[in-house]
Amino acid sequence: MNLTLKIWRQKNSKEEGKLVTYQVDGISKEMSFLEMFDVLNERLVAKNEEPIAFDHDCREGICGMCSMHINGRPHGPWTRTTVCQLHMRAFEDGETIVIEPWRAKGFPVIKDLMVDRSAFDRIMAAGGFVSVNTGNAQDANCLPVPKADADESFSAAACIGCGACVASCKNSSAMLFVSAKVSQMALLPQGKVERKDRVMNMVKQMDVEGFGNCTNTGSCESVCPKGISLHHIARMNREYLLANITE
Amino acid sequence: MTIDQYINSSIGRKTVMAATGLFLCVFLIEHLYSNLLLLFTDGGVAFTEWSHTLVHSMLIRLIEIFLFLAIVLHVVQAIYITKQNRESRPVKYAVYKVDQTSSWFSRNMGITGSLIFFFIVVHMWQFFVPYRIMDTVGGEGQTNVAQTIKEAFHNPWFVLLYVGSSAFLAFHLNHGFQSAFTTFGMNAKKYKSLISLFGSFFAFVIIGLGFSIIPILFYFGIAGKTF
Repeated sequence: MNLTLKIWRQKNSKEEGKLVTYQVDGISKEMSFLEMFDVLNERLVAKNEEPIAFDHDCREGICGMCSMHINGRPHGPWTRTTVCQLHMRAFEDGETIVIEPWRAKGFPVIKDLMVDRSAFDRIMAAGGFVSVNTGNAQDANCLPVPKADADESFSAAACIGCGACVASCKNSSAMLFVSAKVSQMALLPQGKVERKDRVMNMVKQMDVEGFGNCTNTGSCESVCPKGISLHHIARMNREYLLANITE
Repeated sequence: MTIDQYINSSIGRKTVMAATGLFLCVFLIEHLYSNLLLLFTDGGVAFTEWSHTLVHSMLIRLIEIFLFLAIVLHVVQAIYITKQNRESRPVKYAVYKVDQTSSWFSRNMGITGSLIFFFIVVHMWQFFVPYRIMDTVGGEGQTNVAQTIKEAFHNPWFVLLYVGSSAFLAFHLNHGFQSAFTTFGMNAKKYKSLISLFGSFFAFVIIGLGFSIIPILFYFGIAGKTF
C-alpha cells in the first residue's frame, strides 16, 4: 500500500505544531497502524530526521496509550478498537490519512502525538480507590455480590482510561471516564463505604482539570474501545445528586 | 457541600438546565391548552375567559415569576456552559467526524435555543406586552386578544415565524426532554427507550404540531370564523 500521511508534529508543549505530510510506500495490509508508524519512524531515523513521538505500550488493545485521532475519529474508523488493533486493511491504497493527537484543554500535547493524561490520574487520586482493608483474595462466596451488580461493575471496570471519550466529545467532557470509575466501585460492597465522598471528590477534580460539560449526545459511547455505556453517566449523576442531598 | 458549590459544579449546572427545561415544558402544556381554546367556535369566549382567569389568579402571578426566572436561568447557564465547552478545546481538530449516533440538533442545542429565545422576544412583544404591560389590548372598548391573534396570523411572515419556531422548539425538546432524565440519573435500560419515545412524541406531536396548527388554521381561515 502507498499512503499519504498528514501527521501532527509539535516539538513540545510550548511551541505551536502543524500537520506535516509524509509519503509511505510498501505498507502491508496486515500491519497494525502502529507497526506502520514503526516503519515510518525507522525510515525517518535512517534519513537523519526526527522520528514521530507517539504513545504505545501493550499493543494488545488493553493499555489505552495510543492517543491518535485518525481521520477525524479517535483510534480510527473501526469501532471498539485501539490503534494497535487497527489494521492497515481498514484503509484503501493511495488514501490520505490525517493523524492528530487528542485535543482537549485537559490533555495538553507533550510532543507530536503524545498527550499528557495525568489529569485522569489526578481524578483517580481524588477518589477512584477503595481504602478499606479488603484482605487477601477470598472465596467468591464469602462476600455475596448479586450477579447483575458484578456484571455491571465489570462492564464499567473495562474502561482503560485511554481518553477517547474526551477526544471525541464536542465539549471535551470526561464524564464517561469518571462515571465508569464511579460506577465500578459504587456497585460493589467494598466500594460502597466511600461512595459519597468518592463521587463528590472525583467530580470536583474533573471540573478543576478543565474538561467540558456533558450534553448527552453519546459520541463518547460510540467511540469507546471498551464499549462503556452512557448509562454510567446517568448513574454518576444519580450518585452525585444523592451524595449532595445526604452529605 | 454547599448549594452554590453544587450549582457551580459541572453536574450541578446540568441539573439546573434539566430542571428549568422540564419546568418550561410544563408551561408549554398550559400554553398549548390555552391556544387550543381558540379553536372553539364560540366567538373566542372560552379563550378570553381563560386568559382573564389566568391574569387575575394570584397563584398564576406567582408561578409567572418562577417562569421568567426559569427562562433566565436556562439561558444564563446555557451561555456559561457553551463558553466553558468551547474553552475546553483550545486547539481544534483539522478533521473531526462525529458518528451517526447523534443528530445535528442534539449537538447544536445552542443554535436552536438562541432561535427560540429570539422568537420568545418577538412573541412577547407582539402579544404579552400590549395585553399585560401597555394595556392597549383586551380591556374595555379595546380589541380582544383572540381578534389580535387572528389579525396577526393574516400575515404569512408571522405564520412562517411561528411554524418555524415551533419546529425548532420540537427539535430542541426532542433532545432536551430525554437528556434531562439522563441528567437526573434516570436512564435505566428498562425505561430508557420509553422516555426517549415519549420525549419524541411530546416534542414533535404535542408541542411541534400542536403549536404550529394554530397559525396555519388562522391563516387559511379555518379557525377564527366566529370572531
